[in-house]
Amino acid sequence: MKARSLSQVVEMVPDGSSLMIGGFMGVGSPETIVDELVRQRKKDLTVIANDTARPGIAIGKLISANAVRKAVVSHIGLNPETQKQMLLGKIIVELVPQGTLIECIRAGGCGLGGVLTRTGIGTIVENDARKVEIDGVEFLLNKPLRADFALVHAFLADYLGNLSYALTARNFNPVIAMAAETVIVDADHIVPVGVIGPDHVVTPAPLVDYLVTH
Amino acid sequence: MDAQTIIAKRISRELRDGMLVNLGVGIPTLVANYVPEGIHVFFQSENGLIGTGPVPEQGMGLAMLTDAGGRPVTALPGASSFDSAMSFALIRGGHLDLTVLGGLQVDQSGRLANWVIPDKMVPGMGGAMDLVSGAKRVIVAMQHRAKGSSKMVKKCSLPVTSTRAIDLLVTEMAVIAFPKGKATLLERGPGVSVAQIVDASDAHLDTSGQVSEMQL
Repeated sequence: MKARSLSQVVEMVPDGSSLMIGGFMGVGSPETIVDELVRQRKKDLTVIANDTARPGIAIGKLISANAVRKAVVSHIGLNPETQKQMLLGKIIVELVPQGTLIECIRAGGCGLGGVLTRTGIGTIVENDARKVEIDGVEFLLNKPLRADFALVHAFLADYLGNLSYALTARNFNPVIAMAAETVIVDADHIVPVGVIGPDHVVTPAPLVDYLVTH
Repeated sequence: MDAQTIIAKRISRELRDGMLVNLGVGIPTLVANYVPEGIHVFFQSENGLIGTGPVPEQGMGLAMLTDAGGRPVTALPGASSFDSAMSFALIRGGHLDLTVLGGLQVDQSGRLANWVIPDKMVPGMGGAMDLVSGAKRVIVAMQHRAKGSSKMVKKCSLPVTSTRAIDLLVTEMAVIAFPKGKATLLERGPGVSVAQIVDASDAHLDTSGQVSEMQL
Protein backbone atom coordinates (compact mmCIF):
# COMPACT_ATOMS: atom_id res chain seq x y z
CA MET A 1 0.00 0.00 0.00
CA LYS A 2 1.16 3.51 -0.83
CA ALA A 3 -0.10 6.59 0.95
CA ARG A 4 -0.90 9.47 -1.40
CA SER A 5 -2.63 12.83 -1.18
CA LEU A 6 -6.18 13.15 -2.41
CA SER A 7 -5.22 15.10 -5.52
CA GLN A 8 -2.43 12.65 -6.36
CA VAL A 9 -4.67 9.57 -6.26
CA VAL A 10 -7.35 11.21 -8.34
CA GLU A 11 -4.78 12.35 -10.92
CA MET A 12 -4.14 8.65 -11.53
CA VAL A 13 -7.70 8.18 -12.81
CA PRO A 14 -7.85 8.88 -16.57
CA ASP A 15 -11.00 10.12 -18.29
CA GLY A 16 -13.01 7.19 -19.57
CA SER A 17 -12.07 4.93 -16.66
CA SER A 18 -14.42 2.40 -15.15
CA LEU A 19 -14.93 2.95 -11.43
CA MET A 20 -16.53 0.79 -8.80
CA ILE A 21 -17.67 3.08 -6.01
CA GLY A 22 -18.76 1.92 -2.55
CA GLY A 23 -21.88 3.22 -0.87
CA PHE A 24 -25.60 2.72 -0.53
CA MET A 25 -27.62 5.90 -1.04
CA GLY A 26 -24.39 7.75 -0.27
CA VAL A 27 -23.81 5.94 3.03
CA GLY A 28 -20.30 4.50 2.91
CA SER A 29 -19.25 6.33 -0.25
CA PRO A 30 -15.75 7.83 -0.49
CA GLU A 31 -17.14 11.35 -0.54
CA THR A 32 -13.77 13.15 -0.61
CA ILE A 33 -12.57 11.14 -3.63
CA VAL A 34 -15.82 11.88 -5.44
CA ASP A 35 -15.44 15.60 -4.68
CA GLU A 36 -11.92 15.54 -6.09
CA LEU A 37 -13.04 13.70 -9.26
CA VAL A 38 -15.52 16.53 -9.80
CA ARG A 39 -12.93 19.21 -9.01
CA GLN A 40 -10.50 17.69 -11.54
CA ARG A 41 -13.33 17.62 -14.10
CA LYS A 42 -13.08 13.93 -14.94
CA LYS A 43 -15.36 12.79 -17.72
CA ASP A 44 -16.71 9.78 -19.66
CA LEU A 45 -16.58 7.63 -16.56
CA THR A 46 -18.31 4.30 -16.21
CA VAL A 47 -19.63 3.93 -12.68
CA ILE A 48 -20.50 0.55 -11.20
CA ALA A 49 -22.24 1.01 -7.87
CA ASN A 50 -25.40 0.21 -5.98
CA ASP A 51 -27.17 3.45 -6.91
CA THR A 52 -26.60 7.07 -7.92
CA ALA A 53 -27.54 8.48 -4.49
CA ARG A 54 -29.25 11.87 -4.53
CA PRO A 55 -28.25 15.13 -6.21
CA GLY A 56 -25.50 16.73 -4.14
CA ILE A 57 -24.59 13.50 -2.37
CA ALA A 58 -21.69 11.19 -3.26
CA ILE A 59 -22.19 9.62 -6.71
CA GLY A 60 -25.01 12.11 -7.27
CA LYS A 61 -22.32 14.80 -7.56
CA LEU A 62 -20.61 12.94 -10.42
CA ILE A 63 -23.94 12.66 -12.22
CA SER A 64 -24.71 16.36 -11.80
CA ALA A 65 -21.19 17.24 -13.03
CA ASN A 66 -21.86 15.29 -16.27
CA ALA A 67 -18.84 13.12 -15.46
CA VAL A 68 -20.60 9.81 -16.04
CA ARG A 69 -21.16 8.23 -19.44
CA LYS A 70 -22.50 4.93 -18.19
CA ALA A 71 -23.91 3.75 -14.88
CA VAL A 72 -24.33 0.11 -13.95
CA VAL A 73 -26.56 0.26 -10.86
CA SER A 74 -29.60 -1.28 -9.23
CA HIS A 75 -31.45 1.90 -8.36
CA ILE A 76 -31.74 5.50 -9.59
CA GLY A 77 -35.12 6.29 -8.02
CA LEU A 78 -33.87 8.93 -5.60
CA ASN A 79 -31.87 10.85 -8.17
CA PRO A 80 -34.10 12.69 -10.67
CA GLU A 81 -30.97 14.07 -12.37
CA THR A 82 -29.89 10.54 -13.40
CA GLN A 83 -33.36 9.87 -14.77
CA LYS A 84 -33.34 13.17 -16.66
CA GLN A 85 -29.92 12.50 -18.24
CA MET A 86 -31.01 8.96 -19.09
CA LEU A 87 -34.10 10.19 -20.93
CA LEU A 88 -31.97 12.77 -22.78
CA GLY A 89 -29.58 10.00 -23.84
CA LYS A 90 -26.64 11.67 -22.07
CA ILE A 91 -26.04 8.73 -19.81
CA ILE A 92 -26.51 5.02 -20.36
CA VAL A 93 -28.09 3.37 -17.35
CA GLU A 94 -27.88 -0.37 -17.03
CA LEU A 95 -30.21 -1.53 -14.26
CA VAL A 96 -29.19 -4.76 -12.58
CA PRO A 97 -30.95 -6.47 -9.65
CA GLN A 98 -28.98 -5.59 -6.54
CA GLY A 99 -28.17 -9.15 -5.53
CA THR A 100 -27.03 -9.99 -9.06
CA LEU A 101 -24.93 -6.83 -9.27
CA ILE A 102 -23.03 -7.45 -6.05
CA GLU A 103 -22.58 -11.13 -6.84
CA CYS A 104 -21.22 -10.34 -10.32
CA ILE A 105 -18.71 -8.00 -8.67
CA ARG A 106 -17.88 -10.72 -6.16
CA ALA A 107 -17.39 -13.18 -9.04
CA GLY A 108 -15.14 -10.67 -10.80
CA GLY A 109 -13.01 -10.38 -7.71
CA CYS A 110 -12.91 -14.09 -7.01
CA GLY A 111 -11.83 -15.45 -10.37
CA LEU A 112 -15.21 -17.00 -11.15
CA GLY A 113 -16.64 -17.23 -14.65
CA GLY A 114 -20.08 -15.86 -13.83
CA VAL A 115 -23.13 -16.02 -11.64
CA LEU A 116 -26.12 -18.29 -12.08
CA THR A 117 -29.23 -16.90 -10.42
CA ARG A 118 -32.98 -17.37 -10.56
CA THR A 119 -33.41 -13.63 -10.04
CA GLY A 120 -34.71 -11.94 -13.19
CA ILE A 121 -35.91 -15.11 -14.95
CA GLY A 122 -39.01 -14.27 -16.98
CA THR A 123 -38.66 -10.51 -16.47
CA ILE A 124 -37.45 -7.74 -18.76
CA VAL A 125 -33.93 -7.91 -17.30
CA GLU A 126 -33.54 -11.26 -19.02
CA ASN A 127 -32.75 -9.44 -22.25
CA ASP A 128 -30.59 -11.73 -24.30
CA ALA A 129 -28.80 -13.22 -21.29
CA ARG A 130 -27.98 -16.87 -21.65
CA LYS A 131 -30.04 -19.34 -19.64
CA VAL A 132 -28.46 -22.40 -18.14
CA GLU A 133 -30.35 -25.41 -16.88
CA ILE A 134 -28.91 -27.12 -13.83
CA ASP A 135 -30.65 -30.29 -12.61
CA GLY A 136 -33.88 -29.23 -14.25
CA VAL A 137 -33.87 -25.66 -12.87
CA GLU A 138 -33.34 -22.71 -15.18
CA PHE A 139 -30.87 -19.98 -14.19
CA LEU A 140 -29.76 -16.72 -15.77
CA LEU A 141 -26.07 -16.52 -16.52
CA ASN A 142 -24.60 -13.15 -15.54
CA LYS A 143 -21.02 -12.33 -16.39
CA PRO A 144 -18.49 -11.23 -13.78
CA LEU A 145 -17.81 -7.52 -13.36
CA ARG A 146 -14.46 -5.85 -12.91
CA ALA A 147 -13.29 -2.23 -13.11
CA ASP A 148 -10.15 -0.17 -13.57
CA PHE A 149 -10.49 1.37 -10.11
CA ALA A 150 -12.31 0.59 -6.90
CA LEU A 151 -13.00 3.67 -4.78
CA VAL A 152 -13.49 2.33 -1.29
CA HIS A 153 -14.62 4.01 1.89
CA ALA A 154 -13.53 2.40 5.16
CA PHE A 155 -14.01 3.34 8.80
CA LEU A 156 -10.49 2.38 9.88
CA ALA A 157 -7.35 1.84 7.83
CA ASP A 158 -4.08 0.97 9.53
CA TYR A 159 -0.63 2.07 8.36
CA LEU A 160 -0.34 -1.11 6.26
CA GLY A 161 -3.74 -0.77 4.62
CA ASN A 162 -5.80 -3.28 6.61
CA LEU A 163 -9.40 -2.09 6.61
CA SER A 164 -12.48 -2.34 8.77
CA TYR A 165 -15.89 -0.88 8.16
CA ALA A 166 -18.71 0.52 10.27
CA LEU A 167 -22.31 -0.74 10.34
CA THR A 168 -24.25 -0.12 7.13
CA ALA A 169 -21.38 1.88 5.59
CA ARG A 170 -19.78 -1.46 4.70
CA ASN A 171 -22.20 -2.45 1.89
CA PHE A 172 -20.34 -2.72 -1.47
CA ASN A 173 -16.93 -1.62 -0.17
CA PRO A 174 -15.16 -4.88 0.76
CA VAL A 175 -16.56 -6.58 -2.34
CA ILE A 176 -15.36 -3.94 -4.83
CA ALA A 177 -11.95 -3.95 -3.10
CA MET A 178 -11.50 -7.41 -4.66
CA ALA A 179 -12.64 -6.59 -8.19
CA ALA A 180 -10.54 -3.72 -9.59
CA GLU A 181 -7.06 -3.32 -11.04
CA THR A 182 -6.32 -0.47 -8.65
CA VAL A 183 -7.88 -0.07 -5.22
CA ILE A 184 -7.99 3.40 -3.67
CA VAL A 185 -9.19 3.82 -0.10
CA ASP A 186 -10.46 6.78 1.83
CA ALA A 187 -10.77 5.98 5.53
CA ASP A 188 -12.40 7.99 8.31
CA HIS A 189 -9.47 7.20 10.58
CA ILE A 190 -5.91 6.09 9.87
CA VAL A 191 -4.67 4.11 12.85
CA PRO A 192 -1.51 2.27 13.98
CA VAL A 193 -1.05 -1.35 12.99
CA GLY A 194 -2.65 -3.56 15.61
CA VAL A 195 -5.61 -1.29 16.40
CA ILE A 196 -7.64 -3.45 14.01
CA GLY A 197 -7.17 -6.95 15.40
CA PRO A 198 -6.59 -9.81 12.95
CA ASP A 199 -10.13 -11.12 13.50
CA HIS A 200 -11.57 -7.68 12.73
CA VAL A 201 -9.72 -6.95 9.51
CA VAL A 202 -12.34 -7.21 6.75
CA THR A 203 -10.15 -6.19 3.80
CA PRO A 204 -6.57 -7.44 4.19
CA ALA A 205 -3.79 -4.94 3.43
CA PRO A 206 -2.40 -6.59 0.26
CA LEU A 207 -5.66 -5.77 -1.54
CA VAL A 208 -5.18 -2.03 -1.05
CA ASP A 209 -3.05 -0.10 -3.53
CA TYR A 210 -3.44 3.49 -2.33
CA LEU A 211 -4.62 5.09 0.87
CA VAL A 212 -5.64 8.75 0.78
CA THR A 213 -3.67 10.68 3.38
CA HIS A 214 -5.41 13.12 5.70
CA MET B 1 -58.65 2.73 11.11
CA ASP B 2 -57.07 3.85 7.83
CA ALA B 3 -56.22 1.45 5.00
CA GLN B 4 -52.50 1.38 5.69
CA THR B 5 -52.98 0.56 9.37
CA ILE B 6 -55.41 -2.26 8.57
CA ILE B 7 -52.92 -3.76 6.12
CA ALA B 8 -49.92 -3.43 8.44
CA LYS B 9 -51.78 -4.82 11.46
CA ARG B 10 -53.10 -7.80 9.54
CA ILE B 11 -49.65 -8.65 8.14
CA SER B 12 -48.09 -8.39 11.60
CA ARG B 13 -50.17 -11.44 12.53
CA GLU B 14 -48.10 -13.46 10.05
CA LEU B 15 -44.93 -12.88 12.10
CA ARG B 16 -43.57 -15.83 14.08
CA ASP B 17 -40.97 -15.93 16.82
CA GLY B 18 -37.39 -16.04 15.54
CA MET B 19 -38.20 -15.12 11.94
CA LEU B 20 -35.75 -13.22 9.73
CA VAL B 21 -37.89 -10.62 7.96
CA ASN B 22 -37.21 -7.98 5.30
CA LEU B 23 -39.68 -5.09 5.01
CA GLY B 24 -39.85 -3.00 1.84
CA VAL B 25 -40.46 0.73 1.81
CA GLY B 26 -43.94 2.25 2.25
CA ILE B 27 -46.73 0.30 3.94
CA PRO B 28 -44.46 -2.71 4.68
CA THR B 29 -42.31 -0.56 6.99
CA LEU B 30 -45.36 0.02 9.20
CA VAL B 31 -45.55 -3.70 9.99
CA ALA B 32 -42.63 -3.23 12.41
CA ASN B 33 -44.91 -1.06 14.59
CA TYR B 34 -47.29 -3.97 15.28
CA VAL B 35 -45.08 -6.92 16.19
CA PRO B 36 -47.27 -9.06 18.50
CA GLU B 37 -46.22 -9.12 22.14
CA GLY B 38 -43.97 -11.99 23.17
CA ILE B 39 -42.62 -12.43 19.66
CA HIS B 40 -39.08 -11.52 18.65
CA VAL B 41 -38.33 -11.14 14.98
CA PHE B 42 -35.08 -10.09 13.31
CA PHE B 43 -35.56 -7.34 10.75
CA GLN B 44 -33.05 -7.25 7.90
CA SER B 45 -32.17 -4.14 5.92
CA GLU B 46 -30.65 -5.23 2.64
CA ASN B 47 -27.97 -2.56 2.87
CA GLY B 48 -26.35 -4.82 5.44
CA LEU B 49 -28.03 -5.07 8.82
CA ILE B 50 -29.93 -7.65 10.87
CA GLY B 51 -31.54 -6.25 13.99
CA THR B 52 -32.75 -3.01 12.47
CA GLY B 53 -34.47 -0.92 15.13
CA PRO B 54 -36.77 2.10 15.07
CA VAL B 55 -35.85 5.62 13.99
CA PRO B 56 -33.42 7.15 16.53
CA GLU B 57 -34.46 9.90 18.88
CA GLN B 58 -33.82 13.45 17.74
CA GLY B 59 -30.09 14.11 17.65
CA MET B 60 -29.10 10.46 18.15
CA GLY B 61 -28.80 9.43 14.48
CA LEU B 62 -25.59 8.03 13.05
CA ALA B 63 -24.62 8.66 9.41
CA MET B 64 -23.32 5.11 9.02
CA LEU B 65 -26.46 3.41 10.35
CA THR B 66 -29.33 3.63 7.92
CA ASP B 67 -32.06 1.50 6.36
CA ALA B 68 -32.29 0.53 2.70
CA GLY B 69 -33.91 3.88 1.94
CA GLY B 70 -30.94 5.74 3.44
CA ARG B 71 -32.92 6.89 6.49
CA PRO B 72 -31.34 6.81 9.95
CA VAL B 73 -32.28 3.78 12.05
CA THR B 74 -31.06 2.18 15.26
CA ALA B 75 -29.57 -1.26 15.81
CA LEU B 76 -31.16 -3.45 18.48
CA PRO B 77 -29.14 -5.54 20.94
CA GLY B 78 -27.90 -8.60 19.06
CA ALA B 79 -27.73 -6.78 15.73
CA SER B 80 -25.14 -7.72 13.11
CA SER B 81 -23.78 -5.90 10.07
CA PHE B 82 -22.34 -7.34 6.88
CA ASP B 83 -21.58 -6.51 3.26
CA SER B 84 -24.04 -6.54 0.35
CA ALA B 85 -22.87 -9.93 -0.97
CA MET B 86 -23.72 -11.51 2.38
CA SER B 87 -26.96 -9.57 2.55
CA PHE B 88 -28.16 -10.98 -0.77
CA ALA B 89 -26.80 -14.42 -0.01
CA LEU B 90 -29.21 -14.34 2.93
CA ILE B 91 -32.03 -13.31 0.62
CA ARG B 92 -31.36 -15.68 -2.28
CA GLY B 93 -29.99 -18.54 -0.23
CA GLY B 94 -33.22 -19.44 1.53
CA HIS B 95 -32.29 -17.82 4.85
CA LEU B 96 -34.91 -15.09 4.76
CA ASP B 97 -38.18 -16.36 6.21
CA LEU B 98 -40.40 -13.56 5.00
CA THR B 99 -40.39 -10.44 2.90
CA VAL B 100 -43.18 -7.88 2.84
CA LEU B 101 -43.21 -5.67 -0.23
CA GLY B 102 -45.35 -2.96 -1.74
CA GLY B 103 -47.05 -3.53 -5.07
CA LEU B 104 -48.23 -1.68 -8.16
CA GLN B 105 -50.18 -4.67 -9.47
CA VAL B 106 -50.79 -8.27 -8.44
CA ASP B 107 -52.43 -10.56 -10.94
CA GLN B 108 -54.76 -13.49 -10.39
CA SER B 109 -51.96 -16.02 -10.75
CA GLY B 110 -50.04 -14.25 -7.97
CA ARG B 111 -47.46 -12.44 -10.06
CA LEU B 112 -46.26 -9.10 -8.74
CA ALA B 113 -45.28 -5.93 -10.59
CA ASN B 114 -43.69 -3.36 -8.31
CA TRP B 115 -40.58 -1.84 -9.81
CA VAL B 116 -41.19 0.13 -12.97
CA ILE B 117 -43.80 2.06 -14.94
CA PRO B 118 -42.18 2.20 -18.38
CA ASP B 119 -41.54 5.76 -19.65
CA LYS B 120 -43.00 7.23 -16.44
CA MET B 121 -41.19 5.95 -13.39
CA VAL B 122 -37.94 4.06 -13.80
CA PRO B 123 -36.45 3.87 -10.32
CA GLY B 124 -34.75 0.50 -10.83
CA MET B 125 -35.52 -2.75 -9.12
CA GLY B 126 -33.04 -2.40 -6.28
CA GLY B 127 -33.40 -5.57 -4.25
CA ALA B 128 -37.02 -6.32 -5.16
CA MET B 129 -36.33 -9.01 -7.77
CA ASP B 130 -34.00 -10.90 -5.46
CA LEU B 131 -36.45 -10.62 -2.57
CA VAL B 132 -39.38 -12.01 -4.54
CA SER B 133 -37.30 -14.72 -6.16
CA GLY B 134 -35.44 -15.74 -3.01
CA ALA B 135 -37.45 -15.25 0.18
CA LYS B 136 -39.15 -18.30 1.65
CA ARG B 137 -42.43 -16.41 1.89
CA VAL B 138 -43.54 -13.29 0.02
CA ILE B 139 -46.38 -11.09 1.24
CA VAL B 140 -47.52 -8.04 -0.71
CA ALA B 141 -48.98 -5.07 1.13
CA MET B 142 -50.92 -2.70 -1.07
CA GLN B 143 -54.15 -0.76 -1.25
CA HIS B 144 -56.78 -2.59 -3.23
CA ARG B 145 -57.39 0.24 -5.67
CA ALA B 146 -55.58 3.36 -6.83
CA LYS B 147 -56.76 6.24 -9.03
CA GLY B 148 -60.11 4.58 -9.61
CA SER B 149 -58.83 1.24 -10.79
CA SER B 150 -58.06 -2.11 -9.23
CA LYS B 151 -54.47 -3.04 -8.48
CA MET B 152 -55.61 -6.66 -8.40
CA VAL B 153 -55.70 -7.55 -12.10
CA LYS B 154 -56.18 -10.50 -14.47
CA LYS B 155 -52.68 -10.18 -15.86
CA CYS B 156 -50.03 -7.63 -14.94
CA SER B 157 -49.79 -4.95 -17.62
CA LEU B 158 -46.62 -3.62 -15.96
CA PRO B 159 -43.34 -5.56 -16.15
CA VAL B 160 -43.34 -8.26 -13.47
CA THR B 161 -40.77 -8.41 -10.69
CA SER B 162 -40.49 -12.20 -10.77
CA THR B 163 -42.32 -15.13 -12.28
CA ARG B 164 -42.55 -16.65 -8.81
CA ALA B 165 -46.07 -16.30 -7.42
CA ILE B 166 -46.39 -14.39 -4.17
CA ASP B 167 -47.79 -16.26 -1.17
CA LEU B 168 -50.21 -13.72 0.24
CA LEU B 169 -51.74 -10.41 -0.77
CA VAL B 170 -53.07 -8.20 1.99
CA THR B 171 -55.13 -5.13 1.12
CA GLU B 172 -57.47 -3.07 3.31
CA MET B 173 -60.32 -5.05 1.74
CA ALA B 174 -59.05 -8.60 1.50
CA VAL B 175 -56.54 -11.30 2.26
CA ILE B 176 -55.85 -13.37 -0.86
CA ALA B 177 -53.68 -16.46 -1.29
CA PHE B 178 -52.59 -18.14 -4.53
CA PRO B 179 -52.69 -21.91 -4.13
CA LYS B 180 -51.86 -23.59 -7.46
CA GLY B 181 -51.68 -20.17 -9.08
CA LYS B 182 -55.33 -19.32 -8.39
CA ALA B 183 -56.34 -16.19 -6.49
CA THR B 184 -58.35 -17.39 -3.52
CA LEU B 185 -60.13 -15.08 -1.12
CA LEU B 186 -59.36 -16.02 2.50
CA GLU B 187 -60.52 -13.03 4.52
CA ARG B 188 -62.45 -9.82 4.08
CA GLY B 189 -61.57 -6.43 5.54
CA PRO B 190 -63.48 -4.88 8.47
CA GLY B 191 -67.07 -4.27 7.38
CA VAL B 192 -66.38 -5.33 3.78
CA SER B 193 -68.55 -7.91 1.99
CA VAL B 194 -67.36 -10.57 -0.44
CA ALA B 195 -69.46 -8.93 -3.17
CA GLN B 196 -67.70 -5.59 -2.57
CA ILE B 197 -64.30 -7.26 -2.90
CA VAL B 198 -65.28 -8.99 -6.13
CA ASP B 199 -66.62 -5.66 -7.40
CA ALA B 200 -63.42 -3.81 -6.50
CA SER B 201 -61.18 -6.38 -8.21
CA ASP B 202 -60.41 -6.60 -11.89
CA ALA B 203 -59.57 -10.28 -11.59
CA HIS B 204 -61.11 -13.67 -11.08
CA LEU B 205 -61.27 -14.51 -7.37
CA ASP B 206 -62.14 -17.91 -6.00
CA THR B 207 -64.64 -17.09 -3.24
CA SER B 208 -65.95 -20.61 -2.75
CA GLY B 209 -64.18 -21.23 0.55
CA GLN B 210 -65.04 -19.89 3.97
CA VAL B 211 -64.29 -16.17 4.08
CA SER B 212 -63.97 -14.77 7.59
CA GLU B 213 -63.45 -11.16 8.63
CA MET B 214 -59.85 -10.07 9.26
CA GLN B 215 -58.74 -10.24 12.89
CA LEU B 216 -56.66 -7.18 13.69
